[in-house]
Amino acid sequence: MSASAAIETFVNNIDASAAAYLDACVHCGQCAQACHFYEATGDVRYTPVWKLEPMRRVYKRHKAPLSGIKKMFGLVPDEVDEDMLKEWEVLLYDSCTLCGRCTIVCPMGIDIAGLVRKSREAMVAAGLVPEGLVGAAERAIEIGSPLGIKPETLAKIVAEQAEEVGIPIELDKVGADYMIILSAMEILNFYEVIGALARIFKQAGISWTISTEAYEATNIGVQMGNKDIARTLVQRIVDAAEKLQVKYVVSPECGHAYSALNWEGPNLVGKSYNFQVIHILELLDQLVHEGRIKTKAELDQRRVTFHDPCQIVRRGGVVQQPRNLLNLVSGNFIEMENAGVANICCGGGGGVSANARAEELRIKSFAAKKKQLDAVGPEALVTACGNCRNVLEEAIDEYGMVLPVLGLTELVAEYLDD
Amino acid sequence: MTFLEITEGPLWVLASSVFVLGALWRIVGIIRFGRKPDISIPRASALMGAIKGQFLHFVPHGGFSFRTLYHLVAGYMFHLGLFGLLIYAAPHVLFLKENVVGFDWVTMPRWGFILTAEIAFAGLILLWIRRISDPVMIKISDADDHIASWLTFLAMLTGCLALEESHDSLRALHMLVVEIWLMYFPFSRLMHAVTFMFSRGYTGAFFGRRGVVP
Ligand code: SF4
Ligand code: SF4
Repeated sequence: MSASAAIETFVNNIDASAAAYLDACVHCGQCAQACHFYEATGDVRYTPVWKLEPMRRVYKRHKAPLSGIKKMFGLVPDEVDEDMLKEWEVLLYDSCTLCGRCTIVCPMGIDIAGLVRKSREAMVAAGLVPEGLVGAAERAIEIGSPLGIKPETLAKIVAEQAEEVGIPIELDKVGADYMIILSAMEILNFYEVIGALARIFKQAGISWTISTEAYEATNIGVQMGNKDIARTLVQRIVDAAEKLQVKYVVSPECGHAYSALNWEGPNLVGKSYNFQVIHILELLDQLVHEGRIKTKAELDQRRVTFHDPCQIVRRGGVVQQPRNLLNLVSGNFIEMENAGVANICCGGGGGVSANARAEELRIKSFAAKKKQLDAVGPEALVTACGNCRNVLEEAIDEYGMVLPVLGLTELVAEYLDD
Repeated sequence: MTFLEITEGPLWVLASSVFVLGALWRIVGIIRFGRKPDISIPRASALMGAIKGQFLHFVPHGGFSFRTLYHLVAGYMFHLGLFGLLIYAAPHVLFLKENVVGFDWVTMPRWGFILTAEIAFAGLILLWIRRISDPVMIKISDADDHIASWLTFLAMLTGCLALEESHDSLRALHMLVVEIWLMYFPFSRLMHAVTFMFSRGYTGAFFGRRGVVP
């Protein structure tokens, strides 16, 4: 473990926006109430801005303008040491899902999730990363998926789904318009989405494929704060898309995958793509608008509500599309309080669900979401992220609730008029 | 040279110079850290996001309860009260006319001063009570937070004492505290009075490109 490597990374990671954030914070503590980890536990260590303490210390000691003068008078914070880094490793990886909800209540508008991301990079430099994330990263690099799904396994699952819906799905099809990538959670747990996509795309007349060289959408490098791994995983998708000469890469129902590929990807690989990234919800909404997919007149009458995946909605900008789609197939869609941009996180984003050490806290933090759900009393919960879906299902079980969790793409396919 | 003359003469020049140059140094220093250009394809305008961000965070959103409400009420009481006193208190207008800008403007009546001061004091005290009693604020506060609160409190208190203009020494004391406040400003969290615009702007621009400003 190297504290000096962490300090160096903190220093290098503090750009103008990070400096402005660290300088603007007035320690008002309002961000606490926005964070599900604080809300559910009342533990002050989970106050969002407290998670940035090592970064703040490094900034004030080593980088802030005028810190030299303050240092002469002994007015800078103590140096960050190994003990502090070890303590914060747990706070940064277990108690932050990078959901960004704290930003919306902060009077200074500080992007705390962004700074947690930068802080995690310092943890990586120090060699302090939770085991679960390290293992997932190794599998992602070596096998192609954080859950160890091999290309043969994917091919088998795709073939089964093709048979199930009676529509052939061609893998590695050169010249297809759309290349679909999937999250590991979808491939293993919610593979019906593949059949759902086949049906929807058939009706819309879309030419599409899945690459056996880059089928995985999740990016563990982004979650753990390792830019090299993040870059490698994005590059893999870029290479496959270029090889297959597709016009679009469709980001699936996975929160951070969209952020990683669409918003961070070009910056990671250092160039603009020669294909366009489109989120599956954007694509479905667009197809509905163009009249290329038709749904049944009879609507789903269950009382349903929508859980907004943070990275797709609050931090991704795909806010209205899931609502349009739900209204298309549901006759009883009720919004939760603070729905949309201010919705509460499932508790498992940002790599938390891949980190076994964080499980107890993750389940505890679901209390904040449960409160929101209880107020609505839905018969089914719809979401658009495989990870949220899995995390929600687990927590719902733990809390002894009876509430099916549905994927939005599958729900749309269920009501497809084909 | 009397104590008052010192505080209104050389010390004022020193303090206001440290204030202006220090604050500028810090702002330019922050901007000079720079940011890598974002080459992802924007969904909407970063500039519009930056502008929206400035206004959005004046009022909290997202349905947050007591913690936010407390700060909203106490924060606005204090800040509006302080700016009211700073800009419209008759002695301030006179001082600024003679020493800084060269012209004057409408001033608030005595009852207005007292009312505004009471609102500002109440806001500041409420914020400080929260800082020393709320477990979250206790955890995250540091010496700078307390020094800034106390210096501001003393500046306001000595200002009220000097209102009657009955004693030169009271006026000089007020000037001295204000000058300490001004010299402390660039080195402290008081700088949030300026950096908040950068913070909101950067976040607004970052998310503005994504088509959503949280
Ligand atoms: S980003 Fe989300 S999880 Fe992280 S500190 Fe903020 S509110 Fe909490
Ligand atoms: S709400 Fe913003 S300004 Fe207040 S403590 Fe949290 S990060 Fe700092």
